[in-house]
Amino acid sequence: MSDCHDCHVNSVIAPPPRVRSLARKTVALVGPPNSGKSTLFNVLTGLRQKVANFPGVTVEHRTGFLRLDNGREIDLVDLPGVYSLDPRSEDERITRDALSGSIEGIPRPDAVLLILDSTNLGRHLMLAASVLGLGIPTMVILNMADDLHKRGGSVDTQQLASQLDAPVVLISAAKRQGIETIRNYLEGQFAVPRPVELPILQDVPRCRQWSAKLGLRAKYRPPAPPIWTRRLDRVFLHPVAGPLVFLAVVILVFQTIFSGARPLMDGVESLVSISGTWIANQLPDVWWRDLLKEGVWGGVGSVLVFLPQILLLFLFIGLLEDSGYLARAALIADRTMARVGLQGKSFIPLLSAYACAVPAIMATRTIENKRDRIATILIAPFMTCSARLPVYTLIIAAFLPDHPILGRFLGTQAAAMLGLYLLGFLAAVLTARLLKSSILKSDRTPFVLEMPPYRWPTWRFLALRLLDRAHVFLRRAGTVILGVAIALWIMAHLPLKEGKAPPIEESVAGTLGRVVEPAIRPLGFNWKIGIGLLTSLAAREVIVGTLGTIYGIEGDAVDGEASKGLQKALQRDLTPAGGLALLVFFAFAMQCMSTIAVVRRETGGWKWPAVQFAYMTGLAYVSAFAAFHLF
Amino acid sequence: MLQLSFTRKHRPPGGKRATLAELRNGEQAVLERLDLPEDNARRLMELGFLPGNIVSAAHSAPSGDPRVFRVDGSEVALRRETARHMKIRVTD
Ligand SMILES: Nc1nc2c(ncn2[C@@H]2O[C@H](COP(=O)(O)OP(=O)(O)OP(=O)(O)O)[C@@H](O)[C@H]2O)c(=O)[nH]1
Ligand SMILES: [Mg+2]
Repeated sequence: MSDCHDCHVNSVIAPPPRVRSLARKTVALVGPPNSGKSTLFNVLTGLRQKVANFPGVTVEHRTGFLRLDNGREIDLVDLPGVYSLDPRSEDERITRDALSGSIEGIPRPDAVLLILDSTNLGRHLMLAASVLGLGIPTMVILNMADDLHKRGGSVDTQQLASQLDAPVVLISAAKRQGIETIRNYLEGQFAVPRPVELPILQDVPRCRQWSAKLGLRAKYRPPAPPIWTRRLDRVFLHPVAGPLVFLAVVILVFQTIFSGARPLMDGVESLVSISGTWIANQLPDVWWRDLLKEGVWGGVGSVLVFLPQILLLFLFIGLLEDSGYLARAALIADRTMARVGLQGKSFIPLLSAYACAVPAIMATRTIENKRDRIATILIAPFMTCSARLPVYTLIIAAFLPDHPILGRFLGTQAAAMLGLYLLGFLAAVLTARLLKSSILKSDRTPFVLEMPPYRWPTWRFLALRLLDRAHVFLRRAGTVILGVAIALWIMAHLPLKEGKAPPIEESVAGTLGRVVEPAIRPLGFNWKIGIGLLTSLAAREVIVGTLGTIYGIEGDAVDGEASKGLQKALQRDLTPAGGLALLVFFAFAMQCMSTIAVVRRETGGWKWPAVQFAYMTGLAYVSAFAAFHLF
Repeated sequence: MLQLSFTRKHRPPGGKRATLAELRNGEQAVLERLDLPEDNARRLMELGFLPGNIVSAAHSAPSGDPRVFRVDGSEVALRRETARHMKIRVTD
């Protein structure tokens, strides 16, 4: 269950077997943020480390394996980007520790690949001083050659190599140009650099003078300013047009997720119901036929329907991250963040929490201020993650008829969805305010954010990421949701009375539901919803599967398409006020094991996850109560 | 050029130098000094805000804060509260 939709961000590949052949080497990827380290890592190892166009994407070390043509084996370590080897935040600390060999499972690297952005060489070369000073064999890689040349820049790599006494190569990781040279270097004998004259590292102006001198000797011609970035910023950061564009994008996203995904979802739905009926017809009349049909098809099938919607959401998030717009959004949002005592940098993790809170909480490592970081961790689960999407969609579709509001641009259902996203955001912001004016008060660290140039998303990576998402979603459906569905189906059929299953109210599952019923009756929920709330502690979308199973057993969804049947059945079990209460409950409650686990790990103890769980559940309960009674 | 944009409110009292916070979109100046705690100053210097470098102001968030500054080949966003502590010498 530790995997979430963005699981690959936090998964660390198990360290390779302990016995190292003599030939096996550890090589680290080091460089300033957003210089293309993870892109190169992916190209060399064939893995799919997350790549996006803003600084601070990678926040954890990740090891990948590659075998070279001459048989040498390399453990390649991708690391968070750093401006210097003098760390200011958690992610930068990881890079320093990896280079000194003090991270468990990662030996001190035998060689370093130093990745610098060739379009900004003057400043990026400063890092070469500290890295070369470590005395580890180093290859200096100047990335983004395509961009450099397109904008009319150039550099003499041979001159630079002789100045630095280290191999230097100009490549384009995204275009896969120059990769062979790197592989050749990795095959060869790593030469320990002869000490070249380096500036005193603590003295930044000196370092910059040193790198400027190097740039001159290497005949570095900086590229022309990125024209398109300037043009786009004139629109996206325009005082009036900017926020309007932002709003239009948001509305477009919601409407597309809601109605654009419809045909695909209907397709999946018919597929599920047709295959379910077909299988049921093929099988003899045995008890496990019902388990298959009601438990598995009813339970898992009703969640599978949401796959297209979730992929669409991830597509949008991917586009925003990869194009470079995300950094601009953080800039626009900084004011709001400042008002609640946080800084614009907190906005980036919060935005990625729209996909899933787990990677978002990891991404808070880039926040230098400890208390700001904890506050951001505590509010991240309020952001509407993709696991809430199925729940929201189901309940909204069941209780709110769709009418156009803004013609074809926005319907009532999409607007309701937008409202729920806003609700989560408001809860996050108000909680931050509360925290930052009380227990997590702190001096403000300056907000400093580098704006990357806009880039075309790398379609290949975007497609691969969507595939990964689909894979994670399906695996979750095949493990957690399937497991819960089967267990629930069995519990709904026990204890047997004279060899026959009892009515569901009297089964084990029904009893459990009725035990919690008194507690949730004030919110307008009955025991069936109660069972759903219990199972959704594992993960939010499990409630949809659970209701699918229960109604399947009750025979409501027998012939109908899974989720249409679900909607009808829900209307019988919930009043509209109860539906609203359920929405509010899901907006606030912290029903996610993976989130609790990652908060524990990132804050180093049970204190914060316990506080967070109690606060969120309490808030969910009180607000749902209010919603039910005031509606 | 910069002088034109000084409203009474923004003009620093006599004798005091201007700061980065007073630059408007499109204006530029030479950075002179960072009056910030050592640690913050170093991070800013690593990002290119070195005394002697030319800084030019670019777009800002709708409210005018934070603002993007172009310096040493990159664009970096800073809040006014930080920019206020960065002294500049005006050029044309
Ligand atoms: N034009 C161009 N873009 C590239 C190239 N290599 C990487 N990129 C883009 O640069 C951006 C940053 O790439 P990443 O690989 O995520 O950078 P990183 O160094 O791992 O960044 P952090 O993890 O934040 O330190 C992405 O948008 C890439 O698509 C290249 O050779 N040419
Ligand atoms: Mg990276």
